[in-house]
Amino acid sequence: MPEPAAERRYEPVIGLEIHVQLSTRTKMFCGCELSFGQEPNSRTCPVCLGHPGVLPVVNAEAVHYGLMIGLALDCRIAPRSLFHRKSYFYPDQAKNYQISQYDVPLARDGRLGDVRVHRAHLEEDAAKLVHAGASGRIHSASGSTVDFNRGGTPLVEIVTEPDLRSAAEAAEWLRLLRATLKRLGVSDVNMEEGSLRCDANVSIRPVGQATLGVKAELKNMNSFRFLQRGIEAEIVRQEELVRGGGEVTQDTLHFDPRTGALTSLRSKEEAHDYRYFPEPDLVPLAPTEPMLERARAALPELPAERAERLERELALSADTARLLAYRGELGDFFEAALAANGGATADGAADARTLASWVTVELVPRLGDREPADSPVTPDALAKLAGMVSSKAVSQSAAKQVLDAMAEQGGDPEQLVAERGLALAGADELGEIVDRAVASNPDAVEQVRSGNGKAIGAIVGAVMRETKGRADGGEVQRMIRERIGF
Amino acid sequence: MIERDEVLHVARLARLRLSGEEIDRMARELSSVLDHIEKIGELDLTDVEPTSHAVPLENVLRPDEPRPSLTREEALAGAPDPLEGGFGVPSPGA
Amino acid sequence: MADSPSDVVALTAAQAADAVRARELSASEVFDVYRRRAEADDLNAFLSLAEPASPSTDSDAPLAGVPLAVKDIFCVEGVASTAASKILEGYRPPYTATVVERLAAAGAPMLGKTNMDEFAMGSSNENSPYGAVRNPWNRERVPGGSSGGSAAAVAAGLAPWSIGTDTGGSVRQPAALCGLVGLKPTYGSVSRYGMIAFASSFDQAGPITRDVTDAALLYRHMVGRDPCDSTSLDHREAIALPAGDRLDGVRFGVPPQLAAEGEGIQAGVLEVFERAIERIEELGGSVEEVSLPHAEHGLAAYYVLAPAEASANLARYDGVRYGRRDGDGDLVSLYEQTRENGFGDEVKRRIMLGTYALSSGYYDAYYGRAQRVRTKIAEDFAAAFERVDLIVTPTSPSVAFRLGERTGDPLAMYMSDYCTVPMSLAGIPAISIPGGLSDGLPVGLQLAGPAFSENRLLEAAHAIELGIGFEGVPVGADGRGAGEAADA
Repeated sequence: MPEPAAERRYEPVIGLEIHVQLSTRTKMFCGCELSFGQEPNSRTCPVCLGHPGVLPVVNAEAVHYGLMIGLALDCRIAPRSLFHRKSYFYPDQAKNYQISQYDVPLARDGRLGDVRVHRAHLEEDAAKLVHAGASGRIHSASGSTVDFNRGGTPLVEIVTEPDLRSAAEAAEWLRLLRATLKRLGVSDVNMEEGSLRCDANVSIRPVGQATLGVKAELKNMNSFRFLQRGIEAEIVRQEELVRGGGEVTQDTLHFDPRTGALTSLRSKEEAHDYRYFPEPDLVPLAPTEPMLERARAALPELPAERAERLERELALSADTARLLAYRGELGDFFEAALAANGGATADGAADARTLASWVTVELVPRLGDREPADSPVTPDALAKLAGMVSSKAVSQSAAKQVLDAMAEQGGDPEQLVAERGLALAGADELGEIVDRAVASNPDAVEQVRSGNGKAIGAIVGAVMRETKGRADGGEVQRMIRERIGF
Repeated sequence: MIERDEVLHVARLARLRLSGEEIDRMARELSSVLDHIEKIGELDLTDVEPTSHAVPLENVLRPDEPRPSLTREEALAGAPDPLEGGFGVPSPGA
Repeated sequence: MADSPSDVVALTAAQAADAVRARELSASEVFDVYRRRAEADDLNAFLSLAEPASPSTDSDAPLAGVPLAVKDIFCVEGVASTAASKILEGYRPPYTATVVERLAAAGAPMLGKTNMDEFAMGSSNENSPYGAVRNPWNRERVPGGSSGGSAAAVAAGLAPWSIGTDTGGSVRQPAALCGLVGLKPTYGSVSRYGMIAFASSFDQAGPITRDVTDAALLYRHMVGRDPCDSTSLDHREAIALPAGDRLDGVRFGVPPQLAAEGEGIQAGVLEVFERAIERIEELGGSVEEVSLPHAEHGLAAYYVLAPAEASANLARYDGVRYGRRDGDGDLVSLYEQTRENGFGDEVKRRIMLGTYALSSGYYDAYYGRAQRVRTKIAEDFAAAFERVDLIVTPTSPSVAFRLGERTGDPLAMYMSDYCTVPMSLAGIPAISIPGGLSDGLPVGLQLAGPAFSENRLLEAAHAIELGIGFEGVPVGADGRGAGEAADA
């Protein structure tokens, strides 16, 4: 007999739908220049305003970027794909239909990392609907205005299979996608600015069940953190609902990160009937061999390849390699630091594995939400600091203090060490301090000699306190044992 | 045959506010046209490809080069309610 | 140079252009004569006349300043362009249609904008909020549609030539009903940029003229790929002005489905058609029967596909960015009332039909099937053209019918397109030329050829035109000569 709903174990099933604004010079279907904060309606023309009699013409570079994305995601490129009209009335849609791709998209059946990519296709972005300000006139019924500058911007829509099994996984995969797209150079992929937008389809099902549960769609979460929290909140909501005997209904939701609340966006009207049909004003795309060649040739080393190379060439662990490669800026920082080292083999330089560890274990937590490029820590500085530890000019713990300072205000590590007097104590000075510590902890010495090795900790602690981190713990222990004769 | 409630549904999709009389008339007229159109249901069209495009062209593309845009004044000329540099509309859901 | 206005009007456009180039006539004289006649328009053919009243023109240009009546469906920068719809009242485009620009560059300035069925939807020009257009042959009868204004203007000598648009017959059928020549070119051979869209995969601009030579001359300067229109392409041949008067060696095919067995074809029309066939044979052409088995389903397929495309093309008319706006202050009523008040009955009918055919659950049964019928019809023509060079049919099942006769029965009105729609579905070129009179009203003869066969089409049409020797609308027909009262 099946367990009651309240007692089953459920697993989340998540798929992502991502819209990427392409960084071409002009719009998808007309020659208006893409705008960045220009005054409203200053980058429009009869085509993107949907005037009578106008016709769309496809941007060749947008197709090129679309092919690059399809190839980077390991998709099959359709030998022939069509544009379709997707009809719905809304003020941000100049023609009240969007030119998109429907059942014959540019690319399909790909993969990135552990997630299968269902499809990637080209379409045009909507305009911006803005709430009118307080200057709103009494006689006008208009509460909003439309700015068509954004309308017609080229988009690639990427849809994954529901292969993700946790909110954290989803956020991590999105980071990988972002790093990949950034590396391709096809988009600014800035979530806050809207050049990378992500919706999540979330459902739950009893562990072991093959069929999918009813999904809810979370719209437009504009940071990795909000994405993760939003999905987590929705999983919790669905689980509570189901455990309480209810059923999940298909819905479109908005997550408010400040309150943690999920609100339904579903309008009171019936669901959209988009009435797709092939766009008669455009002809099919049939990528030629030269077009595909050009796209292939334009592919740089992508994160997945980079991870494999870091593992292979630098003997990094698989996890570390992935961490560095999938978060592109981290990988860039690491490789710049490695280069600043003069390579991993120069005297006094930290080796690659050590340096990688400095980046992934020490630097990352000190960055917080910042990208490495936005923090005051430079690759050169980190490389130097790591080198100072490796050459025992400074202790590990002293170096961490220096890194704290560098993460706040930048600076040169040598200078910071000198300023704060954090250089490792010289052997003579250290020897004196060790002697004093041994002398003032006779009980501990006695315990060590009678077999309680751990008691050495008290003596080590005394030395460390007096040196204020200017000593290397391992070296101190060695010197103590030397004096004790154990 | 197209019934009244279906006419209403289609009118809603098409954003037309038909009067009561129009709905009835539309139901009659559309039914008559659809009766004629339904004849294509009698044909055997298995294995026939649909003609989705009227010209035998592919890959008609334009270079990614900027063309002059309209000025803001030109864009808003003729706008029924220009407002704060934009096209004024009632707020959706308001 | 002191020709009387009626001497000027008696010249075809090509003859007038020759005269201007030879300095026997001045371009401004030609323009002035026609402008005065157009001002006296009592057929309701014109919606507006061009200002300034005397444009500067190049007398050495190919079209030598001979002015052109332009269907109101073409956008002209700064000039009211409404496709005869109230929803576009006040709209002045910020750009000009490519076709109009090309013809102006070739030397043909715009004389004025002509009346039409709203959004090109109609076969009688009775669907205009600006009033119906009358046929100069008989003012109680329709001129045909949707390019009724263009046809009436040329037939009455209010304009030397004109351009209209043909989606399912809207150039050919009014030409037939008004005793003129009307050409629907190969789909894609003329740019659609700036033509207010009705049905994108069918719409083509075409000349409506007094004779075949004028049509060829206009077409020559309209044709060619436009970077602003992705579905346009260059013609494979340079367009020649037709010269011959014989049809030796030309094989003609008559499809019974669109002639003797055709639905609702009037006896008088068939008689004229049969006499024209005899004339073709006298001129040396051979005539045989060719079957177009799916042609009888053309109308049904067309009345799914064209309204479907139109339902999306007309979605942009919503009161947000230009044109008319109504509403109670909320977004829903803005859309619904603007469109309800701005569109006429026929337009609403077709939007409804198209929306229905595309809606969830109906796509395969209607749109999907109609696209397949379209393929079959194209295949039928291709097979026929393996056996014959040109296909010949009556253009319209009837002569000009009375005003009000069919407005109560949409299906009866749609039947007017019965013989013209199959060519639109196949994208092939077709021309209508006057075949004769039936009960004093013109009957059109339609010739169709394979894609890009305009030269052969025009050659054959020219020879038949000479052979038939049709006279244009008699001055004084119905007791009046169009516009003559103004300069008598």
